[in-house]
Amino acid sequence: MRKIKTADIVEAVAAMCVSANTKLPDDVRRAFEAAYAEEDAPAAKEIFRQLLENADLAMNTKLPLCQDTGLAVFFVEMGEEVFVEGNLKEAINAGVRKGYEEGYLRKSTCHPLTRKNVGDNTPAVIHIDVVPGDKLRIIYMAKGGGSENMSRVTMLSPAQGWEGIKKFVIQRVAEAGPNPCPPTILGIGVGGSFDHSAKIAKRALFRELDDVHPDPEVAKLEQELLEAVNKLGVGPMGMGGKTTCLAVKIALEPCHIASLPVAVNVQCHSARHEEVVL
Amino acid sequence: MKEYKLQTPLTDEDVAQLKAGDVVKLSGVIYSARDAAHKRIIDLLDKGEDTPFPLQGAVVYYVGPSPAPPGRPIGSAGPTTSYRMDTYAPRLHSLGLKASIGKGKRNDAVKQALKDHTAVYFGATGGAGALLSQCIEQSKVIAFEELGPEAVRAMKVKDFPLLVVNDSHGGELYAKPKLDPAD
Repeated sequence: MRKIKTADIVEAVAAMCVSANTKLPDDVRRAFEAAYAEEDAPAAKEIFRQLLENADLAMNTKLPLCQDTGLAVFFVEMGEEVFVEGNLKEAINAGVRKGYEEGYLRKSTCHPLTRKNVGDNTPAVIHIDVVPGDKLRIIYMAKGGGSENMSRVTMLSPAQGWEGIKKFVIQRVAEAGPNPCPPTILGIGVGGSFDHSAKIAKRALFRELDDVHPDPEVAKLEQELLEAVNKLGVGPMGMGGKTTCLAVKIALEPCHIASLPVAVNVQCHSARHEEVVL
Repeated sequence: MKEYKLQTPLTDEDVAQLKAGDVVKLSGVIYSARDAAHKRIIDLLDKGEDTPFPLQGAVVYYVGPSPAPPGRPIGSAGPTTSYRMDTYAPRLHSLGLKASIGKGKRNDAVKQALKDHTAVYFGATGGAGALLSQCIEQSKVIAFEELGPEAVRAMKVKDFPLLVVNDSHGGELYAKPKLDPAD
């Protein structure tokens, strides 16, 4: 068994929280630059110009890219040969507390009914999978509320198939309009169960924007959906334009013969995430 | 599409000239208030008590900034999604609120209130919080400090860049999604 100290987890998580919130991922920057060149409408162009300026400013000043520094969401892949000396979840939460405090990040978690702010941005949402090996991989996302609120899960009838999925996603993006800070990135979870579809939809958001799904059939569906969504013309921040969505990432899982669960997890343009392998 | 430089508090004349799509550079004092603060302000009104700031001519910014690092007046400070404040906005407009700043769509009741009370809804770029914070020269919590990021702040802004999304004449800037009727 390989031993990992919780102190190392705390430090790694804290550092990720700070850096992910202040540095726009390179793939997103490339997508902004491409979209800026592509857009003709002055309002759409101006928004991409502001977003690129914002990214430079955040990197230079260490101010967060967005004031909504998110609910802290983690996907953890824990090797079967790893032994954590202490409590893994507590270590991640301690890292969140430290990172959000030291990085001057906004604490955005509250009691769901009294709405009283917890004050330290915990508890984080933590998904843990056990995988082969002796490594601990921790993936972090700062998930903003505005885009998360536009996300939906639905249970389609198997007969509705791909056409039903496509219709559901397009309708959702149209209804969401300017609210989730387009251009968005869409994580689509198809299959599994009610809960699992939402989880794989979120997990899909960690893929690089410009990667291509290894299954050519799925890659084709992602492209088809991306083109259909961009035809809506919602545009950056809803002001109209060619770029409503930067990428569609689909995750498929087998499901019950009676079911077709579909989840759309909407991500804003400021797709803040990072990972560390211990 | 015109560009205006306006100073708070706003007057009916300031607002009436604005059309959806116009650019406004706003200077003066604006107030932060989002979900929890709006509920508290409405509770005060229900009890017949004073609001934390005078509503007449006021501009409310739907923002919950990140904490100010040393040497800065405020942290990152971009707009939050506005529809969650739709419940409260018409009443505040009826009491003199002249403008709100946020992002995203408003409901019909708010759009009607903008017409009835000569008010305006401004959009700022969502996710550009670091950039927008550069226009905020001073910030001071004036009410509900216990709400943390949701506290009410008086913020002195200079040339804060805004777009008129909904004007006082029923105009709206947002693009209508082109849904295929066959869908």
